[in-house]
Amino acid sequence: MNRLPRRLIAALAIGPVAALVVFYAWPFGTLLAEAVTGQALSETLRRSQTWDVVWFTLWQAVVSTIVTICVGLLPAYVVARFEFRGRSVLIGLLTATFVLPTVVMGAAFLALLPDSLDRTVWAVIGAHVAFNLAVVVRVVGALWEHLPTDMEHAAATLGASRWRVFTQISLPLIRPAITAAATIVFLFTFTSFGVIRILAAPGTRTIEVEVWRRATQLGDIGGAAVLALLQLAVLAVALVWSTLAQRRHSRALALRPEAVRRRARSRGERAFVAVAAGGAALVALVPLSALVVRSFSTPSGWSTSAWTQLGRTEVRPGIRVGVDPVDAIANSLSTMAWATLFAVVIGGVASLAITAAQRHGRLIDGGLMLPLGTSAVTIGLGMLITFDAPPADWRASWWLVPVGHALVAVPFVVRTCVGVLRSVDPEMTAAAATLGAAPVRAWRSTVVPYLWRPLGVGAALAAAISLGEFGATSFLSRSGGETLPIAIEQLLGRTGTTLQAQGYVLATLLAVTTVVLVIVVEQLQAGRRVEP
Amino acid sequence: MTVPVAGHPRVADLDVRDVYVSFGDTKVLDGVSLHIAGGEIVALLGPSGSGKSTLLRVIAGLVVPDAGTVAVGGVAVTHVPTHRRGIGMVFQDDQLFPHLSTLDNVTFGPKMAGESRARRDERGSVWLDRVGLAGFGPRRVTELSGGEAKRVALARTLAAEPAVVLLDEPLTGLDRELHDRLAIDLGQLLTGVTTLLVTHDPDEAAVIADRTVQLSSL
Amino acid sequence: MTVVVVTLAACASDGSDSGSGTTDEVAVGDPPAVAPTDSTDPADTADPSGDTITLVVYDSFPEADTSLNDALASFTEQTGIGVDILVAGDTGTMLSKASLTAGNPEGDVMWGIDNTLVSRAIADGVFEPHVATGITDGSIPVPEEFTALTPNGEATPVDYGDVCVNYDIGWFAERDLDPPSTLADLIDPAYAGMLVVQNPATSSPGLAFLLATIHEYGLEGWQDYWRALGENGVEVVEGWTEAYYERFSWAGGGPTPMVVSYGSSPPAEVIFADPPRDDAPTGVVEDTCFRQVEFAGVLRGTDSPEAARLLVDFLIGDEFQREVPLNLFVYPSNPAVTLPQEFVDFAVIPDQPRTLDPAVIDANRSTWIDEWTELVLG
Repeated sequence: MNRLPRRLIAALAIGPVAALVVFYAWPFGTLLAEAVTGQALSETLRRSQTWDVVWFTLWQAVVSTIVTICVGLLPAYVVARFEFRGRSVLIGLLTATFVLPTVVMGAAFLALLPDSLDRTVWAVIGAHVAFNLAVVVRVVGALWEHLPTDMEHAAATLGASRWRVFTQISLPLIRPAITAAATIVFLFTFTSFGVIRILAAPGTRTIEVEVWRRATQLGDIGGAAVLALLQLAVLAVALVWSTLAQRRHSRALALRPEAVRRRARSRGERAFVAVAAGGAALVALVPLSALVVRSFSTPSGWSTSAWTQLGRTEVRPGIRVGVDPVDAIANSLSTMAWATLFAVVIGGVASLAITAAQRHGRLIDGGLMLPLGTSAVTIGLGMLITFDAPPADWRASWWLVPVGHALVAVPFVVRTCVGVLRSVDPEMTAAAATLGAAPVRAWRSTVVPYLWRPLGVGAALAAAISLGEFGATSFLSRSGGETLPIAIEQLLGRTGTTLQAQGYVLATLLAVTTVVLVIVVEQLQAGRRVEP
Repeated sequence: MTVPVAGHPRVADLDVRDVYVSFGDTKVLDGVSLHIAGGEIVALLGPSGSGKSTLLRVIAGLVVPDAGTVAVGGVAVTHVPTHRRGIGMVFQDDQLFPHLSTLDNVTFGPKMAGESRARRDERGSVWLDRVGLAGFGPRRVTELSGGEAKRVALARTLAAEPAVVLLDEPLTGLDRELHDRLAIDLGQLLTGVTTLLVTHDPDEAAVIADRTVQLSSL
Repeated sequence: MTVVVVTLAACASDGSDSGSGTTDEVAVGDPPAVAPTDSTDPADTADPSGDTITLVVYDSFPEADTSLNDALASFTEQTGIGVDILVAGDTGTMLSKASLTAGNPEGDVMWGIDNTLVSRAIADGVFEPHVATGITDGSIPVPEEFTALTPNGEATPVDYGDVCVNYDIGWFAERDLDPPSTLADLIDPAYAGMLVVQNPATSSPGLAFLLATIHEYGLEGWQDYWRALGENGVEVVEGWTEAYYERFSWAGGGPTPMVVSYGSSPPAEVIFADPPRDDAPTGVVEDTCFRQVEFAGVLRGTDSPEAARLLVDFLIGDEFQREVPLNLFVYPSNPAVTLPQEFVDFAVIPDQPRTLDPAVIDANRSTWIDEWTELVLG
């Protein structure tokens, strides 16, 4: 009786749902159709190269996941259980590393490693670990924080040493979080694109890179579509397995609402915390420092020339090599602005619809999350082959790239907004109703005002995502409309030249911008906790 | 009243001397000393927040005191890590391991001591019997009632054959009937075991313990 | 309306011979007095003057400051059609982008698709068929072997040349080493690590070089040759500009003394030499040369088809073709143009450049590129 009118909910929902159907479901369907019909399917499946690529993608993702989990468990424990100076800085640092554009992380590792390691798989795995450490520390740490310390104490009184407490008690209990973190890390490393393109040797390709290569260099759209389908199949299997595993291992824990952390007491404990936290911080900081340092390294020694002479060098009259940074930055900024606008509008409206629609809201929520699970390259390829004929002849339109970015950013906007909107006390809306406000008015005055802050957070996240987006943009960008990540990739390939140093310069600029955006997010979110 | 509990190889005494503990500027324990003879059950009374639990944790090795010593059976354990002290503890909220069955919870201590599965399962069943939960072995601990969980926690601690047993407010929060029943059972099960029981209820202390002391007097 | 069209077409072929004639200028300069009434496609017969069209080129085409660009400026003066240049990367990349955007192109005219790739461009529907009027009316006698490559008139041949391995004469002299003279020499360990080639998937000289090796070693033997080249330390980059201006020791100051380039690259090095010189600093390994013919065409789906056609007509005319040798270092397909002296002196035209049947190239290109990628890039 005090429900919002269905017409309002429908009106709110129609925009996001339509956008999802037109820009995601339709291209996705076209891609599926393209993959399944014609001889591309049998040709591609019969080619041994296909299976080589699938195998490589699989094993490097599994190894990356395992290594990341192992490296991340110790910092996760330390962050969960201990209070130490710089704890929040460490968490912020790891988060910033996670949000960094893939090309920046690739560039950082390229800068860091000596030439012999530069192009090997281990460089790639290293970059993956650095990237995804935040996932393990935050996801596993979050559950670990809520594991009663007394349970570990009880085990100790029963004769379990520290190690056995870990293996017998802690590990089984945090297993659902480890599975969740592992799934996320696997998802990201399996669909790795930017890191591979920058860091790996030319012949080393993941499915994502192969899809891009076949489509854009060889013109084999059918083959590319089949590969995209294979990738989705593997991801679907991984997702199903993970859901089942998590369900099986979820324990009804007596979860304390608040974490109890303590300072490290003994010298041994202090050393332990320092090593774990310091190590994690180094994993994040060292590559980025290497990036900045290398931007000052030119073939003629250390200098700032890469910074000051950023731009195209003329080798012959009218023929220039290099990339115009002003162009690239301008393109990136304008794309980012539009993408953020689209994401915020669609995401904001969607969050209102989701919270208002309650049960059906979950459907919309789930649907909007789909683009996250689909690789960026798949989205880009789908849009490329779908929007090439009237009435949807949009391939050349300037707004297609921002829309692609928005697709991936909307889930983040929705997550931040829905969380806040849902936590608004329904009593408030009820109170407004008793004061004479009609349902819509009551809702509008008690719920909607809470939207602004999380929208701000969502906007900053969308901006960061758009700036760093590389996969979908690689398909959709037009000549002369290259964004920063694409420019960086082109420059970094020129080993041992000033151009490569310029690549590092642009990567540094991109990294700094992303970090600033993350700081904005953290500030906005911190402010939120103070509110009732 | 007393059915001597079989299988306790050591009947050790507990000696606590001059323990000081402060958290930041707050003095929680100020030079506390306490002696419990081997096989004696002692109840420690005191209001909430007076540091009773902290004393238990110092004895168990979970809190490191600023000063003072703890000795079991004449052996100083102040700097020995918890898992080697041979001191068992039943926590206020039981702290049963939710991922293990009831039997596996009870046999956890023997498992840590390296006993074979057959032997420790047998020992576990015996203890479950003793606490009146025969046949509960395969049950999930999350399905146990409050009273049942308490008994399992006790069985778990005792099955590890500790030299000293510590109990932190074992009956707090249980309803009257359960409380009384368990109090009697506790007294029987702990006979002959060096025990320090912390509570704020003097009647409970009287039923279970051989001797009662006030924290303020230590 | 048709009168205007004919006048414009005539103007294009005449104007390129003698610069703008006064009568032609007047005819073109007049805005259309009457709206089109009986044409089916208004765009076809609309007056293109005042339009600006985009010429999509590969990355070795100068964007400004050369006589080639001056010629384009002259076109603008004559027709009122502005020309913007869009550099799309090396030819392979340019084609891929064009294929993916066929029907909705990034520009209006494309310059530079060569015989190794043109069949793919045609199959992908990149071009709107148009052969320059200079060829169709016979006023420009472009060799028939060139026009035969696009039998349905999809594009117009604009230049030709040979893709050959170039070497740095001074580099070899310093080390007292004889430069290689055959393809087989390139896999000789004496020349290890001295060659940079381009990826045939993204670069047309790269593809041409691959075809040269297939011509020499046959369908079954070329794979072993490339395996040996790989073991001999061959370097692969994505495009010609990167290879020539960044990796090649003479032109780019890079570490590698041999590069896949053009038989007509040495003249460029004489002309741009600083301090001036009168001998070529680079040489050509004739045995490695593969004949290349380049085309220009109207992109299908352009908004200004009429202006685009006019530009294609201009590109084959004398005024533009005269500037081609010294700016693009290829031979003009317009035989009426006299070559500059440096070209005559220093360009290498092999007697028997290698060629492959276009049908064979078309049928096998993807497979060959795939195989090559696996062999060489791993």
